[in-house]
Amino acid sequence: MLQDKDRIYTNLYGFESFSLPSAKKRGDWDKTGEIIKKGKDWVIDEMKKSGLRGRGGAGFPTGLKWSFMPDPEKTGKPHYLVINADESEPGTCKDRDILRHDPHKLIEGALIAGFAMGAHAAYIYIRGEFFNEGSAVVKAIKEAYDAGLLGKNAAKSGWDFDVYLHRGAGAYICGEETALIESLEGKKGQPRNKPPFPAMAGLYSCPTTVNNVETIANVPTILRRGGDWFAGLGINEKNTGSKLFCISGHVNQPCNVEEEMGIPLKELIEKHAGGVRGGWDNLKAIIPGGSSTPVLPKDTCGTITMDFDSLREAGTGLGTAGVIVMDKDTDIVYAIARLSQFYMHESCGQCTPCREGTGWLWRTMQRMYTGNATIDEIDMLYDLTKEIEGQTICALGDAAAWPVQGLIRHFRPEMEARILDYRKKLKAA
Amino acid sequence: MKPKFEPNAKYQPKEFTFKSKKKVKNILANYPSNQARSGIMPLLDLAQRQMGEEGAKAKKPFGGWITRAAMDHIAEVVGQPPMKVYEVATFYSMYNLAPVGKNLVQFCTTTQCWLCGSTKILEAAEKHLKVKIGESTKDGLFTLKEVECLGACVNGPMIQINDDYYEDLTAETMVDVLIALTAGKKPNVGSQTKRHGSMALSGPTSLEKEAKKAGVV
Repeated sequence: MLQDKDRIYTNLYGFESFSLPSAKKRGDWDKTGEIIKKGKDWVIDEMKKSGLRGRGGAGFPTGLKWSFMPDPEKTGKPHYLVINADESEPGTCKDRDILRHDPHKLIEGALIAGFAMGAHAAYIYIRGEFFNEGSAVVKAIKEAYDAGLLGKNAAKSGWDFDVYLHRGAGAYICGEETALIESLEGKKGQPRNKPPFPAMAGLYSCPTTVNNVETIANVPTILRRGGDWFAGLGINEKNTGSKLFCISGHVNQPCNVEEEMGIPLKELIEKHAGGVRGGWDNLKAIIPGGSSTPVLPKDTCGTITMDFDSLREAGTGLGTAGVIVMDKDTDIVYAIARLSQFYMHESCGQCTPCREGTGWLWRTMQRMYTGNATIDEIDMLYDLTKEIEGQTICALGDAAAWPVQGLIRHFRPEMEARILDYRKKLKAA
Repeated sequence: MKPKFEPNAKYQPKEFTFKSKKKVKNILANYPSNQARSGIMPLLDLAQRQMGEEGAKAKKPFGGWITRAAMDHIAEVVGQPPMKVYEVATFYSMYNLAPVGKNLVQFCTTTQCWLCGSTKILEAAEKHLKVKIGESTKDGLFTLKEVECLGACVNGPMIQINDDYYEDLTAETMVDVLIALTAGKKPNVGSQTKRHGSMALSGPTSLEKEAKKAGVV
């Protein structure tokens, strides 16, 4: 279990003000200039040593991602850091707490990360619904400028750096990095084909790195305490550090909490969220990492640890660590069907398999939860998900397919029973 | 994709200009000088807010929405064909292309909030206001809208009214919020159970020292 001395987010719940004097007391902006003066290579090496993996869902090693940025002198173009604060994955609300309670961690991290990738500007792309959270970030940015922590010679580091906030307007797809870049350029948020990857041609066709809020906000603490400290936390050398978990649904005390990577799922729920409503035996299933990750049945939930690799082995993923707990009373077919509706609504309409397929998924799932279907349609539904998965430009198609696949994999008997039950009632009538 | 039910308002004012040139300038200053197109989204938001300010003073109040004239004006400001603005305005769900109620009440009904009882919240509001989801009240005060996950999942069920989140709702507190807004008061924003952010309601399971210092426990 993570001890209080190893916590990064000491103001997670907003006990103190987010503003600069309080943030400084919590240790933010402490000798930032000196960290930067140690040089770009030192920063990237330390990040690699820490083993930090991207906190936005994919889990790509952060230090490695930064090292893909070309040399600014060779490209002759401005470089950009873009911070993805378009948190919209159902079940996830961790970045919101950073944005409203600890924005200075994010801004300081932006300066250091921007320096490491040769960028003089960072854009924070925040979802439009987070109006008050965005206003907190704007205030924090202004405080940082006024204190000389941003702008020319930011934090006396010799590096010029600007941070801007850009508000989205309600599109889940803008959480995909290339859609986010399109949106930032003032276009529809439709993902781009890769390659070219953003590190070569991103925002305004310039080298760009897109990082999640939590990833960037972790950076200053990691560099102050050393990559080895961060690597010492966690379950193994590939799943290091601490992580913000959001536990919601049928638990007694839903909450956000910072815990060690690799904490057993059962411990996480019982220790921090007051346990499953009606006791552990009343558990039906858990979605471990936000809506895109396939559901886990109860048997697996008792033993699984919350880290990238063990969850992948179990056929699901850590994603954004948004843990959605469902007890025995849950109509799990409707719960997943509602996710299908979500993906239908949020599909950007660019690729045919996703645009049409997500609609098909929702319509078929509607019949599945009423039971007005045939048994072999379950196989048809599974085939349909396979026609979407991997056939689209971005991962939204995959994300729509996976929850349905997880449902069929683990809860097929329940789906069949419902269909037979519906038939029986129809006959009786 | 955005639902098709709100393409164009029948009533379209012919003129639109931004009241504050300074705000427009400040928005465009955030982007490189040759990339004014990036300003489309914040300018649409500014236009919507400006309409909302007018709507709050109107005899029959209405909430912020974007007129065709506003889109054309934005196209001029950023030096793009109007279509480039229309396609952005129709893509994103937060731009209202037809008038809405003064209080746009947005219900999150995605799986997580549904698990915690968003259906009851929605029914309570519909019953209290005597309108269905997707409709507006006759006095122009409320429009009910179903939206996807608003990203406050541990505080579910929750809704958004204009810029503010109302969290940890029950059918009763939902109606209380609506009553306060009808009376022209501002209800307490955030958690309706007075819980501290996303902390467990029964008390923190970490950061106890900080909680004590802040006088939370």
